Amino acid sequence: MEQFGAIKRSKDGQAVQYLIVDDSVFARKNLGRIIESFGGQVAGEAGDGLTAISEYDRLKPDIVLMDITMPQMEGIEAAEKIVQKNPEARVVMVSSVGYQENIVAALQRGARHFVQKPVKPEVLYEVIKYVLGDDGAVANAAAAGV
Amino acid sequence: MKMELIQPFINAADAVLSQGLESPMAIENLTMEEEAYRRKGVAAMVELSGDIEGRIIFDLAPKTAARVASHFAGAELPESDELVREAVCELANQVIGNAIATLNDQGFHFRVHPPVSHTSEHGAKSTEDTEALVLCFGTSSGNVCMNIALRYHATREKAMAGT
Repeated sequence: MEQFGAIKRSKDGQAVQYLIVDDSVFARKNLGRIIESFGGQVAGEAGDGLTAISEYDRLKPDIVLMDITMPQMEGIEAAEKIVQKNPEARVVMVSSVGYQENIVAALQRGARHFVQKPVKPEVLYEVIKYVLGDDGAVANAAAAGV
Repeated sequence: MKMELIQPFINAADAVLSQGLESPMAIENLTMEEEAYRRKGVAAMVELSGDIEGRIIFDLAPKTAARVASHFAGAELPESDELVREAVCELANQVIGNAIATLNDQGFHFRVHPPVSHTSEHGAKSTEDTEALVLCFGTSSGNVCMNIALRYHATREKAMAGT
């Protein structure tokens, strides 16, 4: 996998904490592998929207990576509920169902960005930097090509 | 079954498999299937409902499934690993999700149900309305087969006939 400069939290220089939400164990493991290559840490995982809401409350991660099509509660609804309760929450939708209507709905209901599956690590890396804004810093700027 | 329904799935399979396996793929075989579906190996099924309804099954020989899953996971996975089945479900999810995105942007609306591991040996027999198209893609890891049985929902078909 491509080498990326580690993205750290600006406030304390610690690894960015992620909550990964996807009904596929395989997809969660894959995403976990990608974010670890960004210097991030998997704070927790959830396989459906309902669990995602409770896990967000428990873990307060820096970023949520959220699938859309899931059993019990779909990702867009879960994102909306998380953001309603925690306006500072950064939810990035990660889904293969990336049509206009879905993307707009996700953004209108609180998601900060949308990444189409299959996930290209270099795309997700840029999205994470963008979504973190000043709250994130690339530890090794040379390695990140910035 | 209309070709306009199939093309987005071919394009999506091409995009997802070529990117995921980092090698080109080609259509090896294309047949219409009238008999009931028979599972060949590790299979995942996704159901669609809405303007277009039906189901799509991804089916990979066990060795191919393990090779594809290992490639996607970046680590060697044995055929028996539960993650291999999960990987086939996720592959189905990605291909169908990408195809749906195209069809939705063309004005079709539907719901995609989460993929499920298809474990029975047989599936429902195709009907005249939902004859199945079986597409086998040749990849560097082996053949990936997609069994597609879709049809327009009656109201959508009526609306299209009226225009």
